[in-house]
Amino acid sequence: MKKIKYTISIYTENNVGLLNRISAIFLKRHINIRSITSSESEIPNIYRFIIVVNVDKEQIIKLVKQIEKQIEVIAAYFHTDEETIFLETALYKVKSKSLFNERQIQNIIKESRANIVTVKPDYFVIEKTGWREETEDLYLKLKKYGLLQFVRSGRISVSKKSMEITKFLKSNKNE
Amino acid sequence: MKKISGAEAVIRCLIEEKVDILFGYPGGAIMPVYDELYKFQDKVHHILTRHEQGATHAAQGYARSSGKVGVAIATSGPGATNLVTGIADAQIDSTPMVCITGQVASNLLGSDAFQETDIIGISTPVTKWNYQITKASEISEIFAKAFYIAKSGRPGPVLIDITKDAQFEQLENFEYKKCKNIRSYFSVPDTNPESLKKASELINNAKKPLIVWGQGVILGNAENEFLNFIEKTGIPAAWTILGLSAVPTDHPLNVGMVGMHGNYGPNVLTNECDVLLAIGMRFDDRVTGNLESYAKQAKIIHFEIDPAEVNKNVIADVAILGNVKETLKDLLTLVEENKHEKWVNKFTEFYNIEFKKVIDKEYNKKVGGLSMAEVIKSVNDNTNGESILVTDVGQHQMVACRYTKFNSSKSNITSGGLGTMGFALPAAFGAKIGDPKREVIAVIGDGGFQMTIQELGTIYQTNAAVKIIILNNNFLGMVRQWQQLFFDRRYASTEMINPDFVAIAKGYFIESKKVEKREELDKEIKKMIEFNGPYLLEVIIEKEDNVFPMIPSGSSVSDVRLE
Repeated sequence: MKKIKYTISIYTENNVGLLNRISAIFLKRHINIRSITSSESEIPNIYRFIIVVNVDKEQIIKLVKQIEKQIEVIAAYFHTDEETIFLETALYKVKSKSLFNERQIQNIIKESRANIVTVKPDYFVIEKTGWREETEDLYLKLKKYGLLQFVRSGRISVSKKSMEITKFLKSNKNE
Repeated sequence: MKKISGAEAVIRCLIEEKVDILFGYPGGAIMPVYDELYKFQDKVHHILTRHEQGATHAAQGYARSSGKVGVAIATSGPGATNLVTGIADAQIDSTPMVCITGQVASNLLGSDAFQETDIIGISTPVTKWNYQITKASEISEIFAKAFYIAKSGRPGPVLIDITKDAQFEQLENFEYKKCKNIRSYFSVPDTNPESLKKASELINNAKKPLIVWGQGVILGNAENEFLNFIEKTGIPAAWTILGLSAVPTDHPLNVGMVGMHGNYGPNVLTNECDVLLAIGMRFDDRVTGNLESYAKQAKIIHFEIDPAEVNKNVIADVAILGNVKETLKDLLTLVEENKHEKWVNKFTEFYNIEFKKVIDKEYNKKVGGLSMAEVIKSVNDNTNGESILVTDVGQHQMVACRYTKFNSSKSNITSGGLGTMGFALPAAFGAKIGDPKREVIAVIGDGGFQMTIQELGTIYQTNAAVKIIILNNNFLGMVRQWQQLFFDRRYASTEMINPDFVAIAKGYFIESKKVEKREELDKEIKKMIEFNGPYLLEVIIEKEDNVFPMIPSGSSVSDVRLE
């Protein structure tokens, strides 16, 4: 089976150690996590993890079942890129000198629709939000002029279809 | 109400959960709880094992014989890490267990304090759930959750780590509410009625159906429902090692064990059946052999309580989610009465071949060194299938499970999934304490016995009347068998020069005897069974016997070898 990029969305309780419990599921199967983010979701005190992995269909189904099995996981889903709207943010720290000496940089920033976050006497910081290809493209272009620092966030994504998480919370009356 | 300490709250929680037995070992970080145990000793009885691993296996044995949650308790650091093997064993064999560990005071967490270890981090991959309590106010809610999680749905181990300051902390209010629901946890999945209908159609049209049942039948207390189901449908039923004893050995539809050292018929016929009903089992690799050639011709109906097990190893044509106690009862009304005489006879034909080539030679051996099977035969003759069998891991385990007769369920206690040597001795006295009226017979190899041999001390102190049979071939027999068959007899580090086991038992004031001759065996087994109290019988057996049938690892179930 072909390996492709899947985005896993996990809705969880807000408890210490849950990240460890979830990442252990990947570790046990020797699967590398490509990116991971976590933040409070649309429901108060319920957290959402977004994890990107490169695996085949069979693996992703099994992974998500194992994740969903964890006590404090409310629900877990997986989506292909086509099924989600997703973005990443990247920050680029560049020497201020280059901004003034290298005209080209200003064009690069303009063309890539990046934002200048801050300008200091000795450096400035650019922010770019978009797909991996876009942040990567800007990275390659700026690299030539010397990047002091570069960082990229994990993927954030929302699914096109509803995940009906509140339904889960209401329906669980197991005894 | 007067204030109580966190430690007292822990004991009150245990009392609320009707826990009257704990297995454990004290130490610095858990001392406040032990202090309360001292005060509450008329309500909660603590059994001091000789090593924390023994406490977990004893709790497992207790849980498996009684059907209740086993509880083990230990201190922080090494006390906690010594629990890990038992926890992993309970996780893979779905045994309900709650482990309580002390932890350094919360202000010291992360400082590498004396006996600090990150037991939450260490135990995470091998627990169903775990939690670190740092405030006394959390205790009652967390304990209620822990017991609910451990025993509901697919059971498993839960670990609660309690910092020492939380044990000392004074509580204004202690209230205990049993946990009945956790919003993020679906203990038993809903059964789709459509799946029952589809399954009944497959079953009603099947010409050569086969059931493989596992521990789910026992954990679900579904033995009666299961019997009704096989008797109405007339389907031959084979067991996994953890399913053993759910159906009496003598039942005409009980066709034996599947898997690596299972019976000839059910293994070969797995690849001839037209419908395979997997009931409360999880298609472990020791059961299936090579998946590429496992029951490919059959429609698979998988009865499962854990959705993550469905399609994990074998793709199910129909998955029936839920507790088998319910799903089998519901399915019973949809299936037709049937008898598959010709098909069932086929199992008998295969049994006869196995009997001639393997069983008769072992079970009714008359010359040469004693065989393990002969010892089991003598146990059968002297207990009539009424005792609980506890086995360790290796050749003796396979032989004991293959040959022991059972009349009732919850009578087979072994380490299946993890294959933990050293399991049997502590599990045996745990089982005896869990069901004191029954005879408990531990069959252990000379290797595994020495892994937890110190628990003889616990047996002496508690006077738990377990009957211990050491099958001694002075070898790590199963590894030696593999070396013989697959590594050109290069017996690397498998021969054991053993101590005088009888003298060791005597050192612990446990009655003991050694048997070397066939003519003494039966008499000595009888003496052991009749003895009122713990007893150790060492039996010297043939040095280089092999366990057959055998499916070499990676082979197909139908390539099971008889010699």
